[in-house]
Amino acid sequence: MRGTSYLKMVLTNLVLILLCIVTLYPVLWVLKMALTPSQAFSLSPNPLPDQISFQNFADLLGATDMQGNWLFGHQLFNSVVVSTATTILGVFLATTAAYAFSRFEFPGKRVGMIAFLVTQMFPGVVMAIPLYILLDKLSLLNSMLGLTLVYSSTAIPFCVWMMKGYFDTIPKDLEEAAFIDGASRWKIFTQITLPLARPAIVVTALFSFMTAWNEFILAATFLAEETSFTLPVALQSYVGDYSTDWGRFAAGAILVSIPVMALFFMLQKHLVGGLTAGGVKG
Amino acid sequence: MRRARIYGLLIAALICTMLLALDASAATITLWHSYRGDERAALEGAILQYNESHPSSSMKVLAVPYEAYANKLTSAIPRGHGPDIFIFAHERLGDWSKASLLEEMVPSRRDADLFYKSSLDALRYDGKIWGLPLALKSTALYYNPKLVPVPPKTTDEMLAIMRKLTDQKEGRFGLAYEAGSFYFHAAWMFGFGGAIFDENGQPSLNSDANVRSLEFVDRMMKDGLLPEEPNSALIAQLFNEGRAGMVINGPWFAGEIEKDLEYDVAPLPVVSETGLAASPFLTVEAIFLSAHSKHKIEALAAMRYLAIDAAGIRATKGRQAVALKSPQLQPGQQIDSLAASFLKQAPATTPMPNNPLMRAVWEPAAQSLRKVLRGAAEPREGLNKAQTQLRVMTRPAPDAKDPTIYIVLLVLVILGVLAYWLYWMYTNEGWRDMRKAGAAYTYLAPAALSMVLLLFVPFIVGTAVSFFAHRQGEFTFVGLSNFVNILSSADYPASDPLSFYFTLGVTILWTAVNVLLHVSIGMALALMLRHKWLKLRGIYRMLLIVPWAVPNYITALIWKGMFHKQFGAINGFLVWMGFEPVSWFSHFWTSFAANVATNTWLGFPFMMVVTLGALQAIPPELEEAAEMDGAGPVRRFFSITLPLLKPALLPAVILGSVWTFNMFNIIYLVSGGEPEGATEILVTEAYRWAFTRQEQYGYAAAYATLIFLALIFYSNTTRFLMREKKG
Repeated sequence: MRGTSYLKMVLTNLVLILLCIVTLYPVLWVLKMALTPSQAFSLSPNPLPDQISFQNFADLLGATDMQGNWLFGHQLFNSVVVSTATTILGVFLATTAAYAFSRFEFPGKRVGMIAFLVTQMFPGVVMAIPLYILLDKLSLLNSMLGLTLVYSSTAIPFCVWMMKGYFDTIPKDLEEAAFIDGASRWKIFTQITLPLARPAIVVTALFSFMTAWNEFILAATFLAEETSFTLPVALQSYVGDYSTDWGRFAAGAILVSIPVMALFFMLQKHLVGGLTAGGVKG
Repeated sequence: MRRARIYGLLIAALICTMLLALDASAATITLWHSYRGDERAALEGAILQYNESHPSSSMKVLAVPYEAYANKLTSAIPRGHGPDIFIFAHERLGDWSKASLLEEMVPSRRDADLFYKSSLDALRYDGKIWGLPLALKSTALYYNPKLVPVPPKTTDEMLAIMRKLTDQKEGRFGLAYEAGSFYFHAAWMFGFGGAIFDENGQPSLNSDANVRSLEFVDRMMKDGLLPEEPNSALIAQLFNEGRAGMVINGPWFAGEIEKDLEYDVAPLPVVSETGLAASPFLTVEAIFLSAHSKHKIEALAAMRYLAIDAAGIRATKGRQAVALKSPQLQPGQQIDSLAASFLKQAPATTPMPNNPLMRAVWEPAAQSLRKVLRGAAEPREGLNKAQTQLRVMTRPAPDAKDPTIYIVLLVLVILGVLAYWLYWMYTNEGWRDMRKAGAAYTYLAPAALSMVLLLFVPFIVGTAVSFFAHRQGEFTFVGLSNFVNILSSADYPASDPLSFYFTLGVTILWTAVNVLLHVSIGMALALMLRHKWLKLRGIYRMLLIVPWAVPNYITALIWKGMFHKQFGAINGFLVWMGFEPVSWFSHFWTSFAANVATNTWLGFPFMMVVTLGALQAIPPELEEAAEMDGAGPVRRFFSITLPLLKPALLPAVILGSVWTFNMFNIIYLVSGGEPEGATEILVTEAYRWAFTRQEQYGYAAAYATLIFLALIFYSNTTRFLMREKKG
């Protein structure tokens, strides 16, 4: 904008650069441990590696099980499928539910919203064993479908609340006008409301993806083959009872973070792209 | 999008079918383990050989990450999804045999003679043997021959070497080991003639001999002969840099030593004051047979093969100190030298008790050790406290109660609520409204269904457990006793860090401080990042997202390392600025601050992303109009931006606080509850009750239910906030 002082620009950039350094500092260590061939945990204050070796990455990417299956390939595939399915399912279920809460009045509306919130308060300690028994009865143990369903359900409450809050800021007049013109409710929902809520969809999609992508304990308990493990489970294999292979673990942590960064990079423009034509609001 | 979903589900279905098909093969013996590195390679080599010679009963192997291993076993075995045989350390076999997970072993006299007696004794419980021993694991004395040419035979010699080599300021030590860990301290305790349990099998942590062993270590620490706040990473670093002459550690340590560093391993010295050898814990890694196995005969053959025939490959390639007295070796092969050294320690070891009470010993023992070594208590005082804590944690279950009254009450309540609801629907024409709102229910149904099934049902089941007490595999109904115990603070005064109220207070403070920081930082960043003249804002956003993207297990531990008193980066920075180094985990406020710093680093990116999204709902014309009217940036923010942000931001804030309230990882990994459990929050306490204090699942479930009720109360107050915003 015209008139923004040069000083303000320089200051803002400086603050942001400083914050980025503080933010990235601990992660530099992860990189350092990943690039150092030893498996010891690095404690020196200097986060820069003194030798560069890709051995840890090679070990990670080349791991095979006894039958010679390429583990990383399988595990990456499993993680991608489960996380994508969770995202799609979670966003789909959440947007429809949130639309109902935002646009309709019906008995049980308030209770429903609170119920969604309340499920977030269930401490995980209580849920693990009952979930195991439940999935067992549904024959969904050791399956990607089972995991997807569990992860989606965990992610939905936040997504519903987030989407509902966002839908509430979209004026109803647009929809009323289209309704009068004869459009069906579903058409209004998909062609008018959803596109306007794109930023919220991005947030909920990212959130659902992360919920599934990083989850370890349920995946490790439910899955029964090394080739059906997801990446976090594979990563935790490097943490043992007495010692941890920090070099390989750090390499794994880096690899696991890259798809998330890539996803965010791709979705960024929808998050901050802003709304299209003016005159859409107010 | 729809296509991708269909593909995804199809693929999932395909994989399910394939997996089901695989399961149908006859007499495959499933083996689970959590080995890595050399041990895993040796095990797999042995299995390949076995499968070649036994094609009709081949072994199928699964490597399970250690963190999830024990839980996976206890969940899967009783339900028929467990392995036929599995490898694990011997310490839990008491619990497992009581829970009927294991099959008893009846080795022939000849077979029994093949193993070291102590290894079989460790596998004995209730007069029976429960597995076949594979390997022995204990600590011993690693030393650097350049610094310590001759390893010490007595503790007096050891102290002399330590005095010669140690220079606190330079960070050089004669001996470095994890003094704050009860596992490592046990060697001295047994060397002083101490014990964990007395003749009646009751814990006696504060016996005179135990106190003397702690005084011994305390003196070394006070004389500056040991590194402060020792952890495994520090020990490894000191040894690798040649700044530690001796290290007490187990065979796994060899993997952390630099390739070109010369070292050797000797048995631990004899305690000069008593003349007894320092006797570390002996862990016997054994192979167990599941009581639910469907192929027990073939499984037993496989077990014998791994324990006896495969001992050679395990002792050479696997570098294990095998429990078999004479492993069969190839001509010209020798037992691995590391393994041989540890075998020399074996006669002077004490098997880890497999008594279920043992599991409850670790936490109080470790807490008192660390407190004493920090200088906050004297040895006798510290051990007395540990003994009291242990007594509380191992108290017998509350009296069993008759469930009939509770069931009757529950039925009455449900009927009452149902009746009230029907009455309300009738008088408020609720039925008509429901029929009119059919569309809404259609939109709602899918989400509601999955939530009820996958969240509500498990939760109700889990909560129901809080009405029971669990001891060693048995549940007894105790009505509200668990709740009464917690709320009346029966075990601890309310101001004690381990009482429910103290922990509740800490949890509330933790939540408030974190949410405040996350929201202010996240919002500030989002506002800064929307200026159009900021060319690099895309890059900044990517970089600031990183804490959210990297798995928090490793970053939390890095933060913990940064707060280390002597070698951490934070104190390094403070010293550089001219301040005194802070002992972060010795006091409540600094420990709390460390947790908050880590959690804030991890949490602000999420708030930033949510705010960025929420900002899109604000039409820019409004702000431009205000600017033209002369409103300054601060006024604009509070009168226009903030109110418009609220609807989209409030869910994240509310849910963010709920998640922070239940944030387990950071507290567990960074401060670990130090000092002495003061920085524990409710959810970590619940976890400890469930998993480290005798598996008191009922008590833990009651704790979890109380957490839930506390959050409901909190949400009612925020609902009030929400209602105001509607206008």
